[in-house]
Amino acid sequence: MNQPVLGIEDLRVALPAWSDRPLAVDGVSLTIDRNEILCVVGESGSGKSVMAKSILGLLPAPHVRVVNGAIHFENRDLLRAGEGEMRAIRGGRISMIFQEPMVALNPLMKVGAQIDEIFRVHTNVGAQVRRRRVMELFSDVHLPDPERIPDSYPHELSGGQRQRVMIAMALALEPALIIADEPTTALDVTTQAQILTLLKELQGKHGTAVMFITHDFGVVAEVADRVVVMRDGKLIESGATGDVLRDPKADYTRALVSAVPSLHPRHESTGDRPAPALAIEGLNKIYGGRAGLFGGHGRRVHAVRDVSLEVPRGHSVALVGESGSGKSTLARCVVGLEKADGGDVLLNGENIAGYSRKQLKPYRHLVQMVFQDPFASLNPRHRVGDIIALGPTLRGTPRREAWDRAHELLGMVGLQPEAAGRFPHEFSGGQRQRIGIARALAMEPALILADEPVSALDVSVQKQVLDLLDELRRSLALSMLFITHDLRVAAHVCDEIAVMRHGEIVERGPTSEIFASPGHEYTRQLLDSVPGKGWEH
Amino acid sequence: MNTFRQRFMGNPRVIAGLAWLGLVVLVAAAAPLIASHHPFEIVAEPFLIPSLEHPFGTDSLGRSIWAGLVHGARTTLVIAILATLASVAFGTLVGALAGYFGGLVDDGLMRLTEFFQTIPSFIFAIVLVAILTPSATSLIVAIAVVSWPPIARVVRGEVLSVKAREYVQAAVLVGQGDMAILFRQVLPNTLSPLIVTGSLLVATAILIESALSFLGLGAPNLMSWGFMVGAGRSFLRDAWWLVTIPGVAILLTVLSINLVGEGLNDALNPRLSDL
Repeated sequence: MNQPVLGIEDLRVALPAWSDRPLAVDGVSLTIDRNEILCVVGESGSGKSVMAKSILGLLPAPHVRVVNGAIHFENRDLLRAGEGEMRAIRGGRISMIFQEPMVALNPLMKVGAQIDEIFRVHTNVGAQVRRRRVMELFSDVHLPDPERIPDSYPHELSGGQRQRVMIAMALALEPALIIADEPTTALDVTTQAQILTLLKELQGKHGTAVMFITHDFGVVAEVADRVVVMRDGKLIESGATGDVLRDPKADYTRALVSAVPSLHPRHESTGDRPAPALAIEGLNKIYGGRAGLFGGHGRRVHAVRDVSLEVPRGHSVALVGESGSGKSTLARCVVGLEKADGGDVLLNGENIAGYSRKQLKPYRHLVQMVFQDPFASLNPRHRVGDIIALGPTLRGTPRREAWDRAHELLGMVGLQPEAAGRFPHEFSGGQRQRIGIARALAMEPALILADEPVSALDVSVQKQVLDLLDELRRSLALSMLFITHDLRVAAHVCDEIAVMRHGEIVERGPTSEIFASPGHEYTRQLLDSVPGKGWEH
Repeated sequence: MNTFRQRFMGNPRVIAGLAWLGLVVLVAAAAPLIASHHPFEIVAEPFLIPSLEHPFGTDSLGRSIWAGLVHGARTTLVIAILATLASVAFGTLVGALAGYFGGLVDDGLMRLTEFFQTIPSFIFAIVLVAILTPSATSLIVAIAVVSWPPIARVVRGEVLSVKAREYVQAAVLVGQGDMAILFRQVLPNTLSPLIVTGSLLVATAILIESALSFLGLGAPNLMSWGFMVGAGRSFLRDAWWLVTIPGVAILLTVLSINLVGEGLNDALNPRLSDL
């Protein structure tokens, strides 16, 4: 007697007429067994989230609607169930964990009360029993201090704690199936590792079936029993996790798997250290503590604390840290978007710390930045050519010449030179990131500061952009400071690494040495948290 | 995804609004050609009911209401549009400087904006016209002075959000100056809410102008719709058309502007209207 918990048969979901394709989900069939974690992997736009939402009847009708198929769950077809029936199933028999717990939790209600409400709505047990059940759940998901946490509001908890509360809510009624839509994407690596462990542990304990939606093959390697790969709404490949990861059958899966950067550092550091292109000495940055015209006061935050760092000429250094570690603030101080509160920033030996915008002007071209968000980093109202040519024109290059150079640069970053005449919205995320790189190169900088340049991109595109940056750095003999939260990315492009936490650099050295024998406890923790660390393709 | 033009022109309410507005603009532009009489000229007996000879009848002094309506459209539109342009220009400047520079500049400019917002706007407009003595210019000044604060707030909010985007930082990094960044990178990306607010402001300006003219604070020697309503109000029970015809003209024009303004909003923010 081994009937699957959920069976999807030839599911087709239609998109509204103005979309880029007619079907969001195109003929997907799959099953999930009891006590199994099925990972649904795909890049953005693959239809994986739409597929999950159609199970719970959460599609934004009437624009997106199911046109064909059946979803079998506990002897009924969910696509033909009435609204009342679906309400009982949602939260009761099938529950969902979302990507962003801050949005999914009610900000005005204590978290304990939010779980209590589930029991009140779906069961008829007394207040005493409910209170006990809430406590049990909270200790199940290993939330510390079960006396205090239920009486906290969502904003008083950390991201990881909020996600634990979400998991507790999902488990409350012992559902047969949990759908988790990118539940760890918004979390830091170390927190992600804890949440993944927790999910696996609870799933084993309760025997629940889990549909885990993700874009990250590392996470797949960590948690999945079985994998299905989706692309453009179609199911490309499915199989046991080990088989798919080790020996993918479909070309697309193979490309995706091989696009995941390896944890083995690619660059051996060469021993000889040329003069630094960038040297930071004892840099400090403190936010807040200043009153406005009509009062008002801020909390003082020491965002960067006595940081010293060197980027030798022609080398690439990764600055690794989790959110709030101060790595972006440090970058902003280096390029002069933020004024440091002490310390030196030496660019090619010249101290530019504390310079005003006017004083910085002659040094601007020396350091250029590649930004994180490909959709916010290009002005939507300017032509690509003008975006790239802006810097050189401001430095006195005739417009014609600057445009010619823009054409050349577009070729260098792998785009058609004709792209110069088009507007940013005509390009994909990866292409926009290439335009951003061309803009930085146009100034002929000595140092490129890349702030999470690939974290907003799909895996397959990520690899291409990383390789492009690496190749350009070598061929143009550039120095690079690469800010990232992802150790795989750091291993792929950087020969040196600096680990930052709470505004301080806790460890720095050649990537290969640090990966082989991390000296600081936090570095070790970061390395242990990389999803799928045991798996190498 | 449809283009802006398709979304805008495919909306029947926009078409209705544009049709009426087009008619009003046409009539206003061709006023001396369409109306054979000067609006203040006595052409027949007073209180003539609308007929073939006098299509909208005559008023208490025997002036042609048709001529008044046509010339009134001109006055009302010109004053409303100029007042809107002035308040949009000033409001945008204040909002842009406050949002972009922040800190003390923001504090100062926004306190100034709030100062203007806390005065009841219509009473303020009456006081301004009374001080400046009634004329077309003082009407424009008064309307502009009371209507710029909402524009400043909208622009400030947009500038605050746009200036945090990475392309603005990129412009700083290549050495573009503050004013160039504000006018070339930031402001062009705040246009869509500004266009919507501005177009709705024209409707408010028409209402203020009409109300001031109704109270006798309008431009002397210029016929306007509000003045016609004000002059005819004591004869409402004997000669309904004196008040009704210009009143309906004001109503339809303000309504049309609102329809077009909302259509602009829906077309510029397609996701909102889709949901």
